[in-house]
Amino acid sequence: MEFFQAIFNMSGASFAQHMVNGISLGSLYAMIAIGYTMVYGILLMINFAHGDIVMMACYFAFFGITVFNIPWYLTFVGVIIATALLGVVIERAAYRPLRDAPKNSVLISAIGASFLLENLANYLFSGRPLRFPNIEFLAQNINIAGVQVQAISLVIPVVTILCLVVLLHIVNHTKIGMSMRAVSKDYEIARVMGINIDNVISITFAIGSILAAIGAIMWGIRYPGITPLLGVMPGLKCFIAAVIGGIGNIKGAVLGGFILGLGEILIVAFFPQLSGYRDAFAFIVLIIILFYKPTGLLGEKTTEKV
Amino acid sequence: MTILRTDGITMRFGGVVAVNNLQIDINEHEIVALIGPNGAGKTTAFNMITGVYTPTSGNVIYTDAAGNDIKITGKKPSAIAKLGIARTFQNIRLFKELSVYENVMIAKHLHLKADFMSAALHLPHYNAEQRQAEAEVEELLKKVNLWDLREEQAFSLPYGQQRHLEIVRALATNPRLLLLDEPAAGMNPKETDELTEFISQIRDEYNLTIFMIEHHMDLVMGISDRIYVLDFGQTIASGTPLEIQNNERVIAAYLGVEEDA
Amino acid sequence: MANKRNLILTIILLAAFFALAWYVNFETDSYIRRVVNLCMVYAIIGLSMNLTNGFTGQFSLGQAGFMAIGAYVVGIFTVPVALRPAVFYAAPMNPLIADIYMPLWLALIIGGLLAALVAFMIGTPVLRLRGDYLAVATLGFSEIIRIVITNAQSITNGALGIKDIPPLNDVRYIFAFTAVIFVFITALINSSYGRAFKAIREDEIAAEAMGIDLFKHKCLAFMISAFFAGIGGGLYGALLGTVDPKNFLFTLTYNFLLIIVLGGMGSITGSMIGAVLVTAGLEFLRVFDEPLDLFGMAIPLFRPGFRMVIFSVLLMVLVLFWRHGIMGTREFTWDNFFAFCKNPFGFFGRKGAHKA
Repeated sequence: MEFFQAIFNMSGASFAQHMVNGISLGSLYAMIAIGYTMVYGILLMINFAHGDIVMMACYFAFFGITVFNIPWYLTFVGVIIATALLGVVIERAAYRPLRDAPKNSVLISAIGASFLLENLANYLFSGRPLRFPNIEFLAQNINIAGVQVQAISLVIPVVTILCLVVLLHIVNHTKIGMSMRAVSKDYEIARVMGINIDNVISITFAIGSILAAIGAIMWGIRYPGITPLLGVMPGLKCFIAAVIGGIGNIKGAVLGGFILGLGEILIVAFFPQLSGYRDAFAFIVLIIILFYKPTGLLGEKTTEKV
Repeated sequence: MTILRTDGITMRFGGVVAVNNLQIDINEHEIVALIGPNGAGKTTAFNMITGVYTPTSGNVIYTDAAGNDIKITGKKPSAIAKLGIARTFQNIRLFKELSVYENVMIAKHLHLKADFMSAALHLPHYNAEQRQAEAEVEELLKKVNLWDLREEQAFSLPYGQQRHLEIVRALATNPRLLLLDEPAAGMNPKETDELTEFISQIRDEYNLTIFMIEHHMDLVMGISDRIYVLDFGQTIASGTPLEIQNNERVIAAYLGVEEDA
Repeated sequence: MANKRNLILTIILLAAFFALAWYVNFETDSYIRRVVNLCMVYAIIGLSMNLTNGFTGQFSLGQAGFMAIGAYVVGIFTVPVALRPAVFYAAPMNPLIADIYMPLWLALIIGGLLAALVAFMIGTPVLRLRGDYLAVATLGFSEIIRIVITNAQSITNGALGIKDIPPLNDVRYIFAFTAVIFVFITALINSSYGRAFKAIREDEIAAEAMGIDLFKHKCLAFMISAFFAGIGGGLYGALLGTVDPKNFLFTLTYNFLLIIVLGGMGSITGSMIGAVLVTAGLEFLRVFDEPLDLFGMAIPLFRPGFRMVIFSVLLMVLVLFWRHGIMGTREFTWDNFFAFCKNPFGFFGRKGAHKA
């Protein structure tokens, strides 16, 4: 322990604390990054609104529990369903009509959708920060071997891994999963083979939004301040996480999420004077990855036909 | 004198070998054709020469006007264009929404001597250069009867004229070596004859060397000095049109099929 | 000769606008002056964004960051030296710069140059990226610039912002900058380089094959865009009289996105029109941010934030149903104008009339 302290100028207990925080944050990033990577894999577009969906899910939870006093377990189910619906609605309204339009138009539409959600939240719920409902048994602190952790910090990675296992099963061992993989490999051929592209895309958005909702709930318990712009930075970072892991690759998104989450926490832990710049970490990693391995850690090389 | 040669270039995409150990020699002022069935790797070869792809192995060597050998493998397409190699594309790549005139004027940019600020401020020496370029562009467009259509957007032209425009655009870069990727695609016999005339003309008038991919055998046999035949990424024959026409391997692989009317 | 005629007409038009600026400056109230000034500043920044996004086809979302650089250079160097210690009350200003004072025009230019330099540093890794990646990366860097500003307490006063900037409300001054920038960008677009930018937008692979160095030209467009965004940001800061990191959130960039989409991505005159409409619209729509009384009943629909909801809906509607905007890639040119006068209805039949 003293050896540890001497090298890292930090106690073992402190370090363990940071590791737990890092893994939690990494899991949350992973949950959100999966949504980005799945949509990009199929539509080759960035769903700018994805981060804002996380934000809306937090507000839904707030309204369910704090305003309408619905028990938390029912609210959470409601939040997941509502967020999934929101994701699908955005796809139908903002992206589907532009499927044959030039790429820039879809990009602008995605930005517009994101902007609209943020302004809507600001207008409907006012800009002042609200407090995510307190779920006592999850928010309480537990003492493990001298380290103080919030119960939720232990729950988050477990839930994340569970979701990942279920998702990979769906993608690799079910018919719908096969359709999704087919569409992401070759859009045109999949359509010609009789796959209902519209349904596959809607389901992809729904799944991404469900994961975002679960992530949002866990995020809200862990970081209870809710504002209309809460989804922006995490959204950007999670897209970067997806790129780091290899855009289109689900496992890559998870890997990227953990790299960014752990990295962000540990850098600030070891260099507290840099804490103001913690958000810059993700972008620096992005630049490095784009220079040295632009297809991402688990990604495949593709060449454009000229 | 050789103007371009490849010393066994190979292109691998993952597990697929698109071009295998291609060795080509092109001499100045020749018209050399590259033929072969679809998917043989012809456009890939073009892309390797013009810098769009970097060969997995092997080198492309270009000889400039002064006789210097320059290794152009791995250079950017814009650098290769500046050295004097221009090209057209199999699926026409005009600047669709820009006018006919702008399409060709853009090709004059690479030789701009005036610096950025002079250009932005339209200083006199820049203006003089532009007038010279405009005169050259006018001459080129008149040659293919596109001068009257110069304000039209490129995509609105009939197909045959789009192909002509692409060739003239490439010519505007003042190349020494011109690569044409299926210039006669989609043309009827009369148009193909006119194109054959045209290619012959520009070769003489602009002192060009021409390397072309083509499927129209009238054009190929009528105008080429030499032909390379590619199949599955490999050269299966090379020689004069007469030699190729009588080559059994070629006939078996390719010429036995009636070419498209 | 048509070009001589066009040049004279343009000079006359600019002189007329300058006279109008003079009039607005002295004969109207300060509210109108402020709106007109804001219109022009927004036009400058909209133009700068159109240069990369509309003309070169590089989707950059970094304008807010470059504006911030320009605004902070103005903020740091134009506050009278005597007033600075009061502004930098939490932590003293960095001694290296504490005594340097610059007149506004110099600060504007230096701000622009600094923004261009930062654009070069960002551009080198980022401009190799494709469409959506470029958007995310520039968005991210815009935020990082803001983060750096928020943390560099001794230089920028951090989250406290800088106040007591000598306020600028001379309409003629801002008009002069706007006119010069407008003329420069028009000249640039109508030059060989402008054509190269458009070629990159239309087809990068073909542009490269015609000898256009993609990276060099993208970087050039990016740097020029940042330069003018920096000047615009500096003017913005001078207009407001204070600068604050919160003023330069990336959401500010979305205003300019709306301007160029509305005006037409790829049209200079379109951006000017878009800037006027959006700025005026933003002001006019303020009325929706206040509770509205109709027949004695308070309508709860109208409260703070509604204005921006309307704006975001507008952006969505535009991109879904009218993505070419008002001008598309067309320009208002004298030739077009006279052709229109001669034959108003036939004019719109010909698609895509634009300057060669």
